[in-house]
Amino acid sequence: MSLLHTLEHPTDARVWRGNLPLYHRYTAGIAGEKFLRALKDEGKLFGAKCPRCGYVYVPTRLYCERDAAHLDDTTWVPVGPEGELVSFTAVYVDLDGHRLEKPQWVGLVRLDGASSVTMHYLGEVKPEALRVGMRVRVVLKPTNERVGSIKDIAYFKPI
Amino acid sequence: MGLRRVAVVGAGMTKFVRRAQETGRELAWEAVSKALESCEMTLDQIDCVVMGTAPDAFDGVHMKSEWLADGAGAWGKPYMRGYVGGGTGVFAPAQGWYHVASGLFDTCLVVCEEKMSPTQPHPQAAFNSIFDNITERPLGPNLLWIFAIEMNAYMNRYGLKKEDIALVSVKNKRNAADHPASLLGDPNITVQDVLNSEVLAWPVQRLDVSPVTDGAVAIVLAADSVARRVTPKPIWIEGIGWCLDTAYWTNRDLSYPTYVEEAARRAYAMAGIKEPRKEIHIAEPYDPFDYKELHHLEGLMLFDKGKAPEATALGITQRNGDLPVCPSGGLLGVGNPIAAAGLMKIAELFWQLRGEAGKRQVPGNPRRGVAQAWGDLMQVGTVVVMGK
Amino acid sequence: MEHLVYPTRGLSEQAFEKHEVLFETWHVKAEYAWDTGVAIGKYLDALKNGRLIGRRCFKCKRVMVPPRMFCEQCFRPTDEWVYVQDTGTVKTFSLCYVRWDMVRLKEPEIPAVIDLDGASKGMGILHKLGEVDPKAVKVGMRVQAVWKPAAERTGSITDIAYFKPIQ
Repeated sequence: MSLLHTLEHPTDARVWRGNLPLYHRYTAGIAGEKFLRALKDEGKLFGAKCPRCGYVYVPTRLYCERDAAHLDDTTWVPVGPEGELVSFTAVYVDLDGHRLEKPQWVGLVRLDGASSVTMHYLGEVKPEALRVGMRVRVVLKPTNERVGSIKDIAYFKPI
Repeated sequence: MGLRRVAVVGAGMTKFVRRAQETGRELAWEAVSKALESCEMTLDQIDCVVMGTAPDAFDGVHMKSEWLADGAGAWGKPYMRGYVGGGTGVFAPAQGWYHVASGLFDTCLVVCEEKMSPTQPHPQAAFNSIFDNITERPLGPNLLWIFAIEMNAYMNRYGLKKEDIALVSVKNKRNAADHPASLLGDPNITVQDVLNSEVLAWPVQRLDVSPVTDGAVAIVLAADSVARRVTPKPIWIEGIGWCLDTAYWTNRDLSYPTYVEEAARRAYAMAGIKEPRKEIHIAEPYDPFDYKELHHLEGLMLFDKGKAPEATALGITQRNGDLPVCPSGGLLGVGNPIAAAGLMKIAELFWQLRGEAGKRQVPGNPRRGVAQAWGDLMQVGTVVVMGK
Repeated sequence: MEHLVYPTRGLSEQAFEKHEVLFETWHVKAEYAWDTGVAIGKYLDALKNGRLIGRRCFKCKRVMVPPRMFCEQCFRPTDEWVYVQDTGTVKTFSLCYVRWDMVRLKEPEIPAVIDLDGASKGMGILHKLGEVDPKAVKVGMRVQAVWKPAAERTGSITDIAYFKPIQ
């Protein structure tokens, strides 16, 4: 016995439509709040350096995932504003699959002083000159436009 | 059975709060760091991690167990997530148990986390999709319908009054006043307070219900020989059981939780328990609503069908009674972060059986306890028996 | 064990309203087109025609509503369609004063589990009661479906507007 039943007429197939009427409000968290405020108010980037294993997390985290150490304020170290481009891509379609007018350049950046890599937009890009390993520099939005979001960083630009 | 003995050797938790500033990952880490601290173990001594966390819709992150993994100590380790709604908190230690009992791992960190507050317009809304998408959702149901309907069925079958049931809420919220993590502990609450509270979905009133909560709990499991090196007071997991009923919830007898009885039978058989009422010294049944404690006590076969309310009225289930029930304060008093709530009960039995429950301590040197949780479309029963 | 409880930071609703903490808002854009399957497809067709339909399993002899193409207890395909009546008995009910998003209602909705005549005993379905004083609703009450006019029926459980007491 394979199928339990088959339809006799294709028009018998019925569809029921619905959705999930939810939205979410995410806090930045204990560590995230401090990281984003430093970015917003002072235009500074920080990492958290684990006192046990030395791994530097950017953005800062409350804990080290490798040994569960508490990464409090004393573990904060400045990182950037320059770094290394670890990888990059050009995105041509949006989330719904529609073609973008201009490609969106996205990169993975290891800021100077960090162990982890951060994903963000790339700007002021000359496509033919992009290379893995090249140096990039963070470009922040002007102070009055920063709100305490990762997008207070406008993009990273090749230097 | 040819399996190794497994003990709980450490436990820790977050405060249970209505809206945590911490992200879900940070909540998981907070519980983990306290659990490791409690038994002076380090993360590299943990062989594997079991995560229990309920709908992704609460934290609002798809595949949230993967997202929580780093806070749960799972980096570079074997990791598994179980999810049976509210039953998760007692199911996760069962999963942890077989990780260790099988001989595959010597130690296991069991973590349960829930952050409900991100869900808007209200965390209740996430439960909307628990109803059948075609035959029920068009009616505009909400979660309270199910509980109110079940509560009414239970009350109707045994001729109970609201006062009989409100006693549970009073007991648990008072007990919770002595729990350092509690959200809704109240040493002065009375039956009248419960009866005067806002009617949400009759017969359910506001003080019959546990609050929306954020929180996390973690416990450390260890195999026999390892457990004895870590602590002089390991608490053994003696029996586990879990069982599912039909998803067609309106086809069920709502006045009795058969799925809890089935799960309890398995757990008791494994633990060698023949007379649960005599051999169990503390019970922590799942109490998201006051009537559920009664419902579940009967499913756990600790009282005959319809007799749990009478036992409550007689004071048998008070902390200094013959069979203390929810000495922690339960979900009604401590809080209900969906998956973490059940593990809070496991942690409570751990502390109670070691004599470390402080003001909540059940007198008389209790040696055996049962924790139970319940979830999904009120169809899963999960039971764990612990003893020393 | 007080020292084993981490001092988690609780926030008030005002902390968000006043932007005292940083947060992001994200709307889930999840829309679905579910295949109803054969059983529910037929259930909906029958509703459009002003009827309720179930399925019978010859092994356990149950008449199941909502219908299903396999019996979940015998774990075998079910055997025949059976129309059931649109009258029944209230198995249990609630008077609900809040909506799914916790907005308060002045007049309660009355959800109920209704055992339908013609289906097996205990084979309840979820629906709402209407045209009844909330205080008068009782377990065991006999009720009758109130159908929307044929032109307004779309093939949905809401083609029954509500169940009302049989006088």
